[in-house]
Amino acid sequence: MTSDYYALLGVPRGLNVSLDELQTRYYALSRQLHPDRFMQKPEAERQRALDMSSALNDAYRTLKDPIKRAQYLLSQEGFDIGEQRSKDVPPELLEEVFELNMALEEMRSGDDSARPQLEQAEKNFSGMLAASDQELAALFAKYDEANSRDVLAQIRNVLNRRKYILNLVSEVEKTLETSHQQPATNNH
Amino acid sequence: MEIDFTATGHIVGIDLGTTNSLVAFMDLTGPRIIPGADGDKLVPSVVSIAPSGEVIVGNPARELLMTQPDRSVYSVKRLMGRGVEDVREELKLFPFRVAEGSESVIQLQLGDRMFTPPEISALVLRQLKQNAEAYFGVSVDKAVITVPAYFNDAQRQATKDAGRIAGLEILRLVNEPTAAALAYGLDKRENGIVAVYDLGGGTFDISILKLHDGIFEVLATNGDTHLGGDDIDNLLLRIALEDVATEWGQDLAEDNEGIQRLRRAVIEAKERLSFVPSANIALEYHGRKYQREITRELFDKLITPIVNRTLGPCRDCIKDSGVGVDQIDEVVMVGGSTRIPLVRSAVETLFRSKPHTELNPDEVVALGAAVQAAILSGAVDNKLLLDVTPLSLGIETMGGVVSKLIHRNSTIPASATENFTTGVDGQTNVLIHVVQGERELVKDNRSLARFDLKGIDPVPAGLARIEVRFLIDANGILSVTARDQRTGKEHSVEVKPSYGLTDEQVEKMIQESFEQAEQDFAARQVREQRVEADAILLAVEKARKHGAYVELAEDERAAIDKAIKELQSVYNSDDHHLIAAKIEELNQATIKLAENMLKGSQT
Repeated sequence: MTSDYYALLGVPRGLNVSLDELQTRYYALSRQLHPDRFMQKPEAERQRALDMSSALNDAYRTLKDPIKRAQYLLSQEGFDIGEQRSKDVPPELLEEVFELNMALEEMRSGDDSARPQLEQAEKNFSGMLAASDQELAALFAKYDEANSRDVLAQIRNVLNRRKYILNLVSEVEKTLETSHQQPATNNH
Repeated sequence: MEIDFTATGHIVGIDLGTTNSLVAFMDLTGPRIIPGADGDKLVPSVVSIAPSGEVIVGNPARELLMTQPDRSVYSVKRLMGRGVEDVREELKLFPFRVAEGSESVIQLQLGDRMFTPPEISALVLRQLKQNAEAYFGVSVDKAVITVPAYFNDAQRQATKDAGRIAGLEILRLVNEPTAAALAYGLDKRENGIVAVYDLGGGTFDISILKLHDGIFEVLATNGDTHLGGDDIDNLLLRIALEDVATEWGQDLAEDNEGIQRLRRAVIEAKERLSFVPSANIALEYHGRKYQREITRELFDKLITPIVNRTLGPCRDCIKDSGVGVDQIDEVVMVGGSTRIPLVRSAVETLFRSKPHTELNPDEVVALGAAVQAAILSGAVDNKLLLDVTPLSLGIETMGGVVSKLIHRNSTIPASATENFTTGVDGQTNVLIHVVQGERELVKDNRSLARFDLKGIDPVPAGLARIEVRFLIDANGILSVTARDQRTGKEHSVEVKPSYGLTDEQVEKMIQESFEQAEQDFAARQVREQRVEADAILLAVEKARKHGAYVELAEDERAAIDKAIKELQSVYNSDDHHLIAAKIEELNQATIKLAENMLKGSQT
């Protein structure tokens, strides 16, 4: 059994894949490999079907999502995309993150005047996410053309920044939500 | 080519519901429900244990719920795979008698006996199995059973245990909304996006599926395993109880029989309210009368919070599915509670399209289970279900934080691999705590099991390399395997389920259930022979007044008298062979009499 997701699904290795082709291949393979098709077969074959179809599902789930697909290809190529790296503040965001953390602190301590600033920050970061998605699309195309490791390194940086921003956005959302439910006088 | 639907035995599809259960089968004419001996397709999921120890299931048990409430139980699905702590709130509203000392697995008391929820469910399953066997005239030992899509691992395992205890091999657990889609999909569109809204007696599910040339791919699912018609009943019941307390000066909640009768009255009023603008809750009990009019308007106001509780999971499900509301082509309604007009209008508003209600919402899940049974038998090969796991699976890491391994709405079978090592020199086992849920902290999620990896070579801390594979199978049930990466050998994994029966307990229950089944069968045979004895004794009694009797020789009459006496003397015996033998003797003794009577009537 091959463990390579691209080979398993029979689609060309690359950062851009045709989602239609991926789905067609996935459905066809599911018809062959799903455990439902092996209920009347001996135990060894049923076990194999379970292994194969779980691998197929894992592969499809990974490759149909552009971010997961990029992370997968990067790790295949030996790039470290661990949790730790995405916790480092990207240098270009240092100032903004510092201010944001101040606002988050104020908000958490019950000072509702930080709300507009947080809402604005949420908007800014959402904009950055959209921009990084565009950036990724361009880099994907560039990599598929040249297969350059330098491009992969750039992609990794964008992915890490993206993840960092995602965490920030969810932090802001959570703070806005919980502060909304609590009266402003509820000081800890 | 003729397709043989029974080549691999009769595999039935079973909807094991909170309120009602059904068994169905598919052949060339399509799926259909197998009725019980009384002709009803719905078998109420009610079990009663007679003082003799005999098990009574379905409609007769539903009647006994009122006259023998302490020997009867309903809605036991709410307790499947749950601990006593989980159901404390529930116990205030339901007359479950939880035995003292119940810990991780609840024990219910019926009369003087104890049953776990899987054992009660097994009794319902056994009844459905018998109904199917009576229908086909052959033994039935394989089944597909449906479960709420939002059931967690423990609830699924409990359902599977129930099947085993009932003597059924459970080939697959299928999610109820997915089964419903399969039944609807038979004559519906080939391609498109479909939402299934399933509000039953005790559980709520929402699933969004992509249909593509016979593939039913679930995109997302959500729900609440403790939300359904039962909750509506309890709202109305509370009002009625207050009324009765004021009018009669009596707390009917303290009266087991009284509350069951009032509950029945409330359910009847609720069901009528789906079709008429106003209905009465009416009770006559010990010569007293209670009546209360409930208008649709009041009813709608009462149940709005319950209907609203279904909408949050619907929105989350739409979001997770990655499709917009406008891309959803059809909404299908499943479960008895979707007959309520307010439920229909709320769904129509949220999904912006008129929901489908063509198929009987009580039957559609069982019909879908029968289709899935036909898929597994190989008789149907153009359809395939690709379902998902409803809850994220994770393991406990440092500081009580969850590390997610398999995310919710992942297509199953799904797997994840994680590497573990030891923290202390010479450590020979590693304990892995697996949880299900979406929250960040372990304490906010559902503990699933603790897996103990044993037999690790005693090496310095951090040197051991153990690869652990978590696999959720097509039933949505987790298994864990571990391999030492240095030696390549498989590790034994000991599972300690947080809520559920151990394998040994299930084995013991299978044995007990088998013995119980034999006892019940013997009891039924005795009852049948007594019915036959009654019939022949009555016939002979009549014949003795006939002229033909007088014409018999004296010894012939004496033989008949003797045979009657002997039959009467064994009538109350527990040995059906003995009763049958004496019936036959009386039969023989009266042959001449019967012949003479026949001749006499012909002349």
